[in-house]
Amino acid sequence: MARMKFLCDSNRCIDCNGCVTACKNEHDVPWGINRRRVVTINDGRPGERSVSMACMHCTEAPCAAVCPVDCFYTTADAVVLHSKDLCIGCGYCFYACPFGAPQYPRAGNFGSRGKMDKCTYCAGGPEPDLSKAEYLKYGRNRLAEGRLPLCAEMCSTKSLLAGDGEIIAQIFRERVHKRGYGAGAWGWQVAYRESVTA
Amino acid sequence: MKSRMAALVLAATLAAYTVPAMAQNNAPSPTGSNPTAQSVTEQQVLEELGKVKGRGAIPDPKEVVLEQPQGREYQAFHERLLPWIGGILTLGMLIALTVFYLMRGPITLDERPAGVRIKRFTVAERLTHWMTAASFIVLAITGLNYVFGKRLLLPLLGPEAFSVWSQWAKFLHNAFGWPFLLGVSVMAVLWLKDNLPDRYDLEWLREFGGFFSRRHPPARRFNAGQKLVFWSVAVGGGILILSGIVLLFPISSLDIGSLQTAQYVHAVFGMIMIAIIIAHIYIGTIGMEGASDAMVSGEVDLAWAKAHHRLWVEEEGARTPDGPQLGRSVPAE
Repeated sequence: MARMKFLCDSNRCIDCNGCVTACKNEHDVPWGINRRRVVTINDGRPGERSVSMACMHCTEAPCAAVCPVDCFYTTADAVVLHSKDLCIGCGYCFYACPFGAPQYPRAGNFGSRGKMDKCTYCAGGPEPDLSKAEYLKYGRNRLAEGRLPLCAEMCSTKSLLAGDGEIIAQIFRERVHKRGYGAGAWGWQVAYRESVTA
Repeated sequence: MKSRMAALVLAATLAAYTVPAMAQNNAPSPTGSNPTAQSVTEQQVLEELGKVKGRGAIPDPKEVVLEQPQGREYQAFHERLLPWIGGILTLGMLIALTVFYLMRGPITLDERPAGVRIKRFTVAERLTHWMTAASFIVLAITGLNYVFGKRLLLPLLGPEAFSVWSQWAKFLHNAFGWPFLLGVSVMAVLWLKDNLPDRYDLEWLREFGGFFSRRHPPARRFNAGQKLVFWSVAVGGGILILSGIVLLFPISSLDIGSLQTAQYVHAVFGMIMIAIIIAHIYIGTIGMEGASDAMVSGEVDLAWAKAHHRLWVEEEGARTPDGPQLGRSVPAE
């Protein structure tokens, strides 16, 4: 089985937010929830850099470790998913996540948290693959359809790469070799405890 | 003519851009330049700021944090350190009290009951105490569930039932913070005056309240041990309430780091308070003969009052917020 990862080649990201829009549309993500976002560092100054970020599907995921009801699980493709039936909306995974991925709808008075929502790597949830229940809770299960996450598929500059970690790291290395420079794979050290060097 | 001018300007502009780029020809790239050479690297930002922040199109300050590796430290605290802190404090206190009970037994009243009952706590005091006590017990059980639930209850109940219970526990934990806030505030006002330190406290503490010597050091309405419980509840409870409110309303101006800090404080002080209140419950019930009367019926036997709070009876006429009950002329014996 593959070890699915995301890699954002920040030398290519142009902050177009196409990935954010693709994700919101593909999964009917509710208002106020963003499974993916683009952050620009040093905006408007020399050396500006944009990185697209979502759940990185970490190795030894901190969200899964701190969850008080153990609602997380890791698929055979190493995608970190969770069950909204078991989630109690406590917010611990948000404190633990190094990438700010978990999001909560406002479910009650005083903005109390509802059940957590995050990037599923377009892999749905614990319900049967491609079922209506799965779509309503987690969005489309593209992986079960043999497709990769839509954010990466639709990236206009092919900055965002999704797929098996070995393969996307190799693509990135070849790019860096060809163009002579590369800014590294942002978040990989924290998420996977490894970096990609060309 | 105009278009020629424009072309010239364009060419000049292009030249201005490409010339310095060509100058740094040592980079092994096809164009001979690295357009992002000035950019900060992930390593630099993390070393300098500890996290990576920027600007984003989504109007939410939490969304512009790209990376906060502190999440891994929070994970280590929550999964490794906290269960040990909680286990040692709560189980340690239970074991210590059991050993004390088995070795020393309950603190008994040596004098014969006087048969005269005097008021120790007014209705308002008892209502406040029990409201706070009930809230605290709910908060403690539901709070411990966040840490120990998945380790102890989940294997017994199974994921679905445990999730239903935990959902309720979360609602209860969030809701009972408010009566706890009210109770701690009213208690702090009601009992502040009687809990200010006085000259008898040191003696009481030196003798450890007579728990071992079987002698009763003199005390006013509250002895030094009770004062310690009062100040623990006032200060510890206050810290729990403040950190709890921060966690209850994830205020948008607070970043993830502040929420983590609030969690560290809330969890550690919660465990400390649970250990202190276990000791408080012990001494108020099976640990001391006649102690529970004070807070249940509000009245205690005069002999008990004289033994445990001699100065309260002798000097202060057994004063409660309703006023003194005994004339100062009443002899001590």
